[in-house]
Amino acid sequence: MTAVVTPGAPPTAPGGPAERPPRRRLTPYWLLLPAGLWLAVFFVAPLIYQASTSVQTGSLEEGYRVTWHFATYWDVLDKYGEHFLRSFGYAAAATVLCLLIGYPLAYMIAFRAGRWRNVLLVMVIAPFFTSFLIRTLAWKTILSDGGPVVGALEALHILDVTSWLGLTSDERVLATPLAVVCGLTYNFLPFMILPLYSSLERIEPSLHEAARDLYATPATTFRKVTFPLSLPGVVAGTLLTFIPASGDYINAQLLGSPNTQMVGNAIQKQFLNVLDYPTAAAMSFVLMALILIAVTLYMRRAGTEELV
Amino acid sequence: MSRPSPAPPAAGAPSSAPPARTAPRRPAPLPAPVRLLRKHAVVIAGSLALGYLLVPNLVVLLFSFNKPAGRFNYEWRAFSTDAWTNPCGVADMCGSLTLSLRIAVLATIGATVFGTLAAFALARFRFRAKGTANALIFLPMAMPEVVMAASLGTLFLNMRVAFGFTTILIAHIMFCLSFVIVAVKARVMSMDPRLEEAARDLYAGPVQTFLRVTLPLAAPGIAAGALLSFALSFDDFIITQFNAGPSTVTFPMFVWGAAQRGTPVQVNVIGTAMFVIAVAIVLVGQLTANRRRRSR
Repeated sequence: MTAVVTPGAPPTAPGGPAERPPRRRLTPYWLLLPAGLWLAVFFVAPLIYQASTSVQTGSLEEGYRVTWHFATYWDVLDKYGEHFLRSFGYAAAATVLCLLIGYPLAYMIAFRAGRWRNVLLVMVIAPFFTSFLIRTLAWKTILSDGGPVVGALEALHILDVTSWLGLTSDERVLATPLAVVCGLTYNFLPFMILPLYSSLERIEPSLHEAARDLYATPATTFRKVTFPLSLPGVVAGTLLTFIPASGDYINAQLLGSPNTQMVGNAIQKQFLNVLDYPTAAAMSFVLMALILIAVTLYMRRAGTEELV
Repeated sequence: MSRPSPAPPAAGAPSSAPPARTAPRRPAPLPAPVRLLRKHAVVIAGSLALGYLLVPNLVVLLFSFNKPAGRFNYEWRAFSTDAWTNPCGVADMCGSLTLSLRIAVLATIGATVFGTLAAFALARFRFRAKGTANALIFLPMAMPEVVMAASLGTLFLNMRVAFGFTTILIAHIMFCLSFVIVAVKARVMSMDPRLEEAARDLYAGPVQTFLRVTLPLAAPGIAAGALLSFALSFDDFIITQFNAGPSTVTFPMFVWGAAQRGTPVQVNVIGTAMFVIAVAIVLVGQLTANRRRRSR
């Protein structure tokens, strides 16, 4: 274990890492070895393997062989195009809602909470600890037909608007896109709040004072100082919300209907019920590729290079 | 709101409204309720968001005292404490709970040990593969779970590995690692290296410095990583569903199955108990941390 202990003792010399004795050059690699190996074998290797699976043909009984059968990809895009569109649409809607709902809460915890700050942070993370499946099932009760939410939305004539937009139908919320987006928003909200909070928390209060001294109104201060400085949090939060949301199948399954199925549902079905592994693999790869493209475009626009 | 402001207060303006104090074009005063709403808009919106986060937990709590009529527990019928007095009265549920706990404990230990080592490497050393290592750690967090789940499942399937406890554990350690590394790395990077230098100046050996200075300083980060990976592993459904055998049903998988067949009230009891226990643990941790900070 002595090799493990060495990082705690950087060289006594005041110089930089270049002056480290050569023996130490290997220490970081030894430290990284277990985690790196684990990720290489159980994360990277499966991805590569899946790439080869997606161009295989065969059956479970006779075994699969790589036949460079790229047609699976076309079939997937042809058959499940709707699922992909729905996934990205729902995920984008949920991300925007998370940002709108999460920003005030993150702002409140960072600037207005005072000594309640830690308690509020616990309250944001606390739902994490109850099984999220149970909490998602609770939404079935909350959004049930004839329940208070549906009643209130009806009274406010919001259901008319959402029905017109195609988000709801037949005076109900459950089993509609609105329910799925609501569930997605709820489940991924902490992923938006925490990065937002950590970037807001880093803002020096003196910057706000300076803005005020320069006659900026609260709105201008927010627009010109707070929001731009919180952009890394916005970017991290939107990615942490959008990416997992676009692959989720739990909300669509529990709160939606067969008409609200997302790619995740299709992959899960192909993998666990139909046992068509090449199709499941091809779908995973298309999903990954589309996310990669979307994220690259978004990052180029948002202009934040460093993330972690 | 009580920030000292170097600018002299303008005549006649109440000190409770510092921002608009000397603004060039001051709009006509708004009615009191509107002003109050505007002043506290952030707090109101934030509280509503917090409510959105916590309402399902309240519903879970409320419905743990329900006496449902059918197989499903979605409609309120009558008050009853049956489920609380008999939490393990449902077949297979408590078995799945212990299985989840065992997996979560082992996954937490594995991910925390491996992750802490890697975090120290990334926070304290400069080396050539650092960029690659950072990317490798970031990717599992930035990838939809289904993709990871399906690819690992495909690999196990073709290696003819029997699905079950081991495959779930392997998968859980895999996705928890990144979260531990990020949590510990953040903490280690914010630690003051001068404290360790001081320890060395006082003739502490490397082992002593690490055990008495470095490790206690890094402990909150390690604890956060461990807590996070426990929660993630205990709660994971997607990766588990793709990598579990037919005989290994974790608690989330039990809930998933129950959602199709009929959810027993006991599920809500467990959900509520988990919430209460977790909040208690976190609050106790916060309180002891506060007390320690004050006593120093």
